[in-house]
Amino acid sequence: MTATDDRPATTPAPEIGQARKRKEDQHLITGRTTWTDNMTLPGMVHLAILRSPMAHATISNIDVSGALSRPGVIAAYSGQDFADTQGVIPCAWPVTPDMVNPGHPSLAVSQVNHVGEAVAVVVARDKASAQDALEAIEIDYEPLPVVLDMEAAVADGADLVHGHTSSNRSYTWAFESGAAGTGAPIDEVLGAAEVTVKRRFIQQRLIPAFMEPRSTVVQPIGEGFTMWSATQVPHILRTMLALTLGVAEHKVRVIAPDVGGGFGGKLQVTPEEVITTLVARKLGKPAKYTESRSESLMSAHHGRDQIQDITITAQRDGTVTGLDVHLYADMGAYLRLVSPGVPVLGAFMYNSIYKFQAYRFVCEGVFTNKTPTDAYRGAGRPEATFAIERIMTELADELGMDPMELRRKNWIKHEEFPFTSVCGLTYDSGNYEAATDRALELIGWDELRAEQAQRRESKDPVQLGLGISTFTEMCGLAPSRVLGSLDYAAGGWENAAIRVLATGKVEVVTGASAHGQGHETAWSQIVADQLGVPFEDIEIIHGDTQSSPKGLDTYGSRSLVVGAIAVVKAAEKVVAKARRIAAHMLEANEDDLDFAGGTFKVRGVPGEGKSIQEIAFATFAAHDLPDGMEPSLDADATYDPENFSFPHGTHLCAIDIDTETGHAKIRKYVCVDDIGHVINPLIVDGQVHGGLAQGIAQALYEEAIYDEDGNLTTGTFVDYLLPSAADLPSFTTDRTVSPSTSNPLGVKGVGEAGTIASTPAVVNAIVDALRPWGINDIQMPCTPERVWRAINEGAEHSERDPSGTVAYGGASTSTSDGTYAEGDQL
Amino acid sequence: MTRVNVTVDGVGYTDEVEPRLLLVQYLRERLGKVGTVIGCDTSNCGACTVLLNGKSVKSCSVLAVQTDGGEVVTVEGLANADGSLHPVQQAFHDKHALQCGFCTPGMMMAACDLLRENPNPSEAEVREGIEGNLCRCTGYQNIVAAVQAAGAAMSGGAASGEASA
Repeated sequence: MTATDDRPATTPAPEIGQARKRKEDQHLITGRTTWTDNMTLPGMVHLAILRSPMAHATISNIDVSGALSRPGVIAAYSGQDFADTQGVIPCAWPVTPDMVNPGHPSLAVSQVNHVGEAVAVVVARDKASAQDALEAIEIDYEPLPVVLDMEAAVADGADLVHGHTSSNRSYTWAFESGAAGTGAPIDEVLGAAEVTVKRRFIQQRLIPAFMEPRSTVVQPIGEGFTMWSATQVPHILRTMLALTLGVAEHKVRVIAPDVGGGFGGKLQVTPEEVITTLVARKLGKPAKYTESRSESLMSAHHGRDQIQDITITAQRDGTVTGLDVHLYADMGAYLRLVSPGVPVLGAFMYNSIYKFQAYRFVCEGVFTNKTPTDAYRGAGRPEATFAIERIMTELADELGMDPMELRRKNWIKHEEFPFTSVCGLTYDSGNYEAATDRALELIGWDELRAEQAQRRESKDPVQLGLGISTFTEMCGLAPSRVLGSLDYAAGGWENAAIRVLATGKVEVVTGASAHGQGHETAWSQIVADQLGVPFEDIEIIHGDTQSSPKGLDTYGSRSLVVGAIAVVKAAEKVVAKARRIAAHMLEANEDDLDFAGGTFKVRGVPGEGKSIQEIAFATFAAHDLPDGMEPSLDADATYDPENFSFPHGTHLCAIDIDTETGHAKIRKYVCVDDIGHVINPLIVDGQVHGGLAQGIAQALYEEAIYDEDGNLTTGTFVDYLLPSAADLPSFTTDRTVSPSTSNPLGVKGVGEAGTIASTPAVVNAIVDALRPWGINDIQMPCTPERVWRAINEGAEHSERDPSGTVAYGGASTSTSDGTYAEGDQL
Repeated sequence: MTRVNVTVDGVGYTDEVEPRLLLVQYLRERLGKVGTVIGCDTSNCGACTVLLNGKSVKSCSVLAVQTDGGEVVTVEGLANADGSLHPVQQAFHDKHALQCGFCTPGMMMAACDLLRENPNPSEAEVREGIEGNLCRCTGYQNIVAAVQAAGAAMSGGAASGEASA
């Protein structure tokens, strides 16, 4: 693959499919960036936030007056100062009618419920002065019992996170194929099973850890305000801020300038955004808040943190029959924007690519005294994929079958598409055979199996493990009617507008809000093909609710599959308008015109025809247009998808385990993804690489750990282990193409695939290496300590001891996973 | 307050600064050099990496006063005077070695120092050499490729980094 900057001199080849180098790069590689924290406005004041050191306590006294006498301090506020104006952080996804939402103040008023919760704010002429003055705030806490363990939290008589609720259970959400009419009754199928395998898997708590810390600048203007924020969702944020603060929506403008990564972590309406707005409006001055990394790790929302109890049944010949899933999902202390919906989003993916007769999914959302959880790359689907790909591997072991053979026996065959799953979703396209065959070939599977046998035979201290993940996911969030049926508050459409300027240059306004994904490049390629204008002549406008007024932003691998389809629909309208004017100019019938390469020609008639640029200028001049036609080629479109898209792929991992140290090192990682048609292979490979890194990091490195008092002991990058370049291998990526039939580009989405697929491939490889020790699970992250303990002491001792972390000073136990027990095979 | 004389990206500055002021804060808040960014508070991420007297430093781990009499180069001073890109910048663009771009300034400055010490590093040497700089988007694969390509371009081994524009 060769990246190209220059457009071919001859007739344009299609832009789609070319490895275009990114338009976005120039200002990023030269340091001419617009990160929110770079902004300085005249008269700007700076905020520092005091955060709770207690996981659960009543605020018995708070006095901020001491801060006011510190140099440079302009104001200081506690939650009481904003109790009547701050509203509550919105939760847009009440997954059940009786879901308990305890209410989430931005600034704690009378009680704190997790370490890191904001309790007071100091405003000063500069950040350092504000930070220095925090120590002058006097605050007394009366400790309350700390609730950390999910199962203990839902037991009878448990201490309550929120005293005004009747239990720590926020909701119970259930799906059952018999009741839904999408499959057989689960209890019948479970009862008739010849083989049953049960496992408990722990999805450890993760932190999105985008590289750019969150930052917000608010400038009050008249009755409203303008906010710049490091957010993925400027449009959602605008609407939610208006509702939360009681400011009319048309008086609120939100701008997402350069945004340094999100991964779901910036899909939020944050307390800090609300606090900055409240301060700016109270003082009538522009205000800025930028978090430190430590603040980010303890107060920006976390991800995952589920206990998964999985039961799979099969016939003795390996035909799977039933799948029964029970989750405890840790909401943390509060519900944020889509906290309750994240595990529910996974409900439809546990059955994955396999043909089950019956399926049940029950999820209990549980409150604990920890940072709230919410979307993190994959959001529900990585958890589902991990569980099914792990349990399929365990089922194969129980049956004495090859794990790939078991998968082949049960997956949807290529000729069976479209296929309606046991959840009722219709998978439009796929070819699991092709992706799998290619992946096996690329990694040299048979040779590796032979080497594994040899290493086992010779009792080599370095053992080889081979792991499989044949995954699918649902992307393109989302058909609005489906979101409605799941009680999500908003729709899933996307908007685009195309403006054709007098000189034939084109502006494309998109509601998708990129933060590293390369939309400006990919959208330009798509529009270049649609309108036949040069790639360089297209400008993509996004991320500002004033210039791109309608949109639902970027998350859930939705931008291309929904946002870019809106662009295509708008382009089709532009071409239709141009066709009418071209027919007028060429004195021909519209139906007799062909449009190709940006030029309309009369079919069968030699001649130059009329280019889109000529038509643009003629439209601008408007001297001679068809009767009744307005002088504009501009058009917009709002696209609501009819179905999700279903990318899939086969990921294979070969891992070396040093059985003397427990160290696991990935030797080879191969993935063959099927994401439908590819707009830009350079960008797609980058998305896959980054996704793999995050999925592998869950398997091997990352975990947010709380001690028994509810302190986050992994609150810096010293302890929260983001992998470095030295921790990761080079990946071998390839693709098969089964175009989606649900959208005109045949695309499926790629932003989350690597993360969703890779985690179980790695853990399956580790377990595969250690089968001779009778080991059938290692809890994530599979640290050298856990692997070593599993080999030497048995897996029940494989939990990570948080006292080993640098930030932690004393002995403790890891209560977030303290209930883990080895799964039993029946 | 302590006086500091320092050259940053070719411009001389004389300022009175608090002794506790970090170099990265001096760059961003006093000089407006906001191309250099802050990604953490424990000197783990490397996003703030600049060159101080030719060697890479994490500017969150250097006091502004320590640069007195010294020369600092940031990402903003990396390109040539005529605006053409430094081979490392060109290679990052060519190899799609950045997505969100937040780690990129520090990553490129670290790469410059790595290539100064080892003009033709192996993949493993690049991975070791940049392990003090975290990236959350790319999985590092294209960054490694870019650093190797820049090394080749700078030592004349391959097509010049400025060949395409």
